Amino acid sequence: MSDFGIVSFGAYVPRYRLDRQAIAAAHKWMAPSLRGLAKGARAFCAWDEDSVTMAVEAARDALGGRGAAGLKVIGMATTRPVYADLPATALVAGALDLPRGLRSVDSGYSQRAGMSGLLAMLKGGEAGLFVASDAPLGKPASTQEMTFGAGAAAFVLGSENVAARLIGAGSVIDNFVDHYRQEGAAYDYHWEERWVRDEGYGKLVPEAARAALAEAGLAIGDIQHLVMPAMLRVAAGDVVRKLGFAGNVVDDLQADCGYAGAAAAPLMLARALESAGPGDRILVLSFGQGADALVLEVTDAIVKARPARGVSGSLAQALMTDSYLRYLSFTDQVELEWGMRSEKSAKTAMSEVWRSGGQIEPFHAGQCGTCGTIQFPQLQYCVNCHAPGSGFAPVSLRDAPAKVMTQTADSLSYHPSPPLYVGFVQFANGARVQMEMVDIGPDGIEPGTELEMVFRVKEKDRQRGYSRYFWKAAPTVSGNANKKA
Amino acid sequence: MATGIKDKVAVLGAGCSKFGERWDAGAGDLMVEAFEEALADAGIERKDIEAAWYGCYADSHNVGNSSIPAATALRLDGIPVSRMENMCATGTEALRGATYAVASGAVDIALAIGAEKLKDTGYGGLPPAFKGTFNDLWMPMGSAPSGFAQLADGYRTKYQISKEDLKRAIGHVSWKSHQNGVFSPKAHFRKAVPMETILNAPMIADPLGLFDCSGVSDGAACAIVTTPEIARALGKTDIVSIKALQISTSSGREVQMGDWDGSYVPNTRNAARRAYEEAGISDPRAQLSLTEVHDCFSITELVTMEDLFLSDDGRAVRDFLDGRYDRDGAIPCQIDGGLKCFGHPVAASGLRMAYEIYSQLLGRCGERQLVSPSLGLAHNLGGVPYQGIAAISILGLL
Repeated sequence: MSDFGIVSFGAYVPRYRLDRQAIAAAHKWMAPSLRGLAKGARAFCAWDEDSVTMAVEAARDALGGRGAAGLKVIGMATTRPVYADLPATALVAGALDLPRGLRSVDSGYSQRAGMSGLLAMLKGGEAGLFVASDAPLGKPASTQEMTFGAGAAAFVLGSENVAARLIGAGSVIDNFVDHYRQEGAAYDYHWEERWVRDEGYGKLVPEAARAALAEAGLAIGDIQHLVMPAMLRVAAGDVVRKLGFAGNVVDDLQADCGYAGAAAAPLMLARALESAGPGDRILVLSFGQGADALVLEVTDAIVKARPARGVSGSLAQALMTDSYLRYLSFTDQVELEWGMRSEKSAKTAMSEVWRSGGQIEPFHAGQCGTCGTIQFPQLQYCVNCHAPGSGFAPVSLRDAPAKVMTQTADSLSYHPSPPLYVGFVQFANGARVQMEMVDIGPDGIEPGTELEMVFRVKEKDRQRGYSRYFWKAAPTVSGNANKKA
Repeated sequence: MATGIKDKVAVLGAGCSKFGERWDAGAGDLMVEAFEEALADAGIERKDIEAAWYGCYADSHNVGNSSIPAATALRLDGIPVSRMENMCATGTEALRGATYAVASGAVDIALAIGAEKLKDTGYGGLPPAFKGTFNDLWMPMGSAPSGFAQLADGYRTKYQISKEDLKRAIGHVSWKSHQNGVFSPKAHFRKAVPMETILNAPMIADPLGLFDCSGVSDGAACAIVTTPEIARALGKTDIVSIKALQISTSSGREVQMGDWDGSYVPNTRNAARRAYEEAGISDPRAQLSLTEVHDCFSITELVTMEDLFLSDDGRAVRDFLDGRYDRDGAIPCQIDGGLKCFGHPVAASGLRMAYEIYSQLLGRCGERQLVSPSLGLAHNLGGVPYQGIAAISILGLL
């Protein structure tokens, strides 16, 4: 048994949830059978969320207060990268102020990428951060549109206080094309479900599972929790039966999230780790042009490894909507008339991004070395005593307690999720920043509402294909729980 | 020891175009309208102008940058023309430039002109401004109303005023201005508006509804300035002189430090203190006959009355509802209808306000003429309350 494994984990599911009945109702005229899937709600990214922002949020949850010291490698998997050439790991590392010496591995290309990536890092044995983040997109009126969701799960790997260690693994690679998506295409193309179930999931997954169990020297009866995500839901039950598993089949998050592509298995693993006890064994299965299977054994350290939010906390932070068109617009599937104000250029000066990256990316205020005032942004001189900015020490505002000082709901500005909430955020440490506020329920916000910082897309430059990121403020769970959008 | 600008410079003539949706006129045409009125008023010819300051805010949108658009439209052959841009304080900045030039003795007669052609933008409201490559990385992309609307939270929190009471008081601000605008032939909007309409208008940026926002108009205004001696030599008997011209620009303290409570505009207070001192005004409440203030949004005018020390802190709500700033109140505000009725062609507004005060002091205002005014204050606020430029000019009879 190695002394290496998962030491902490975290998760993020977008707050926006679309009632599946609204999707079915929109397509009733041409696809009445979707009604059969119209239960619960699916998560979707707000206009300013993507695989990068979700990854940052999940990683923050996983890192908690432990910091990133000692990490050697960062890995990230997604099938929905923001860029074809500009790795998400660089954006995530910048936002989280991770050590500069990190090695990075970006992966994707398969919904199995989440578990393949985690398996590779578990076998690699280097302290690291691995994130799977995905927001698969189903074509309007497809089964996938109903069942897909979005989310991210992150794992910190190391050799101290290991909470879950890998005790066996098995993989199969097979060019079984149940679906595919060409580079640049918006949607997947799927083959017949019955064939995918019987010849794909039904044979490839058990093959990998048996290999993993054999490596661990265990029988299926030695497993307490089974993670079996499936884009094709009927396939999961089939696999469970074929394996003869009788323990806890981990919830696939369909009720209020949906299938999150490459993040589906990692999210379910995180869910399992939230409730698994010391000594429990978890079999994690993942399908896509073959299969991966991991057997993990939970240790006593699990009790202290659980995240502040996790999957359960994420699912509880819901902003429900029944607006199918809001979902389509947020996910860039319909072009609405936003008026001339939306024509404003969103060009980004890359050299400026580089020059100010040290404070913009990780949201670092500066603390004046002379008078101690904490201020953002860090400008040439201290706002209070006018001492040179060269004497500032960085202070992260990412996790600093903050409240609304003033706010308004701006209906005039172009904003992809009107109205634009904007106002002064007053940090308890004295910093004050005019910020955009997001994920706000119908009751709005008030001076005094408690806020937390979230990493989001600040602006999308559609002309040049560039998304610029910055931090925004969102009401904390207590400030805005389970509201309807 | 600096002695300030008081009574060193006189307004020799002033002009103001008709404000409104001037589909018929470009920026050059608007400038000519104001310029010709001012020339005739001053009793001079174009060649007598030795230097000019031209204000324009939204150059990149509709006019073009530099001083060339003004020099060309007005055919100011060969003289120095400077371009001024300081957001909504631009018009007053142009007047300041021309006034300082005369006061320094560098020239005898100077022109200040501000013009803005907003209605070639294709939509209502001000076009979003470019904040600079650095600020674009973090500053939210809020509109002008969103910046000013936040004063409401700061003010209500500090003085524990209900949303309803504040909404009614700012509603009165707009109601009063629309009552006044009826008597302003050059105003864009000249209809009285019922209070119910104001209170129930669509929301723009909470709590500011449509009628809490000034209009968007085209317009130009100008002033020709000289020394009082030259004005007299040119035959002027009633001399309007400049008593004070003060600007205060935010250095970022409000937005970055925790010591500002959001209920007032520090820049306006700074500019007001200095302007009163420059003008030798010890009791503005007793001495000022009228004010024209920056009512870009109704909440701004309400807060400005406290920032100009005309209402006690926390009392402006009561004072407005009591009619203190109505046309028949103690200190009429926006006797011409203000930005509310003229709209806000950014660079023209400061000079339009000076034009009104000049005209009131000379008794030229017809149906809206006040009885024997002697001292008037104009106020602009560029940018947003928490980071901007306050400009104050005080004009009076010499």
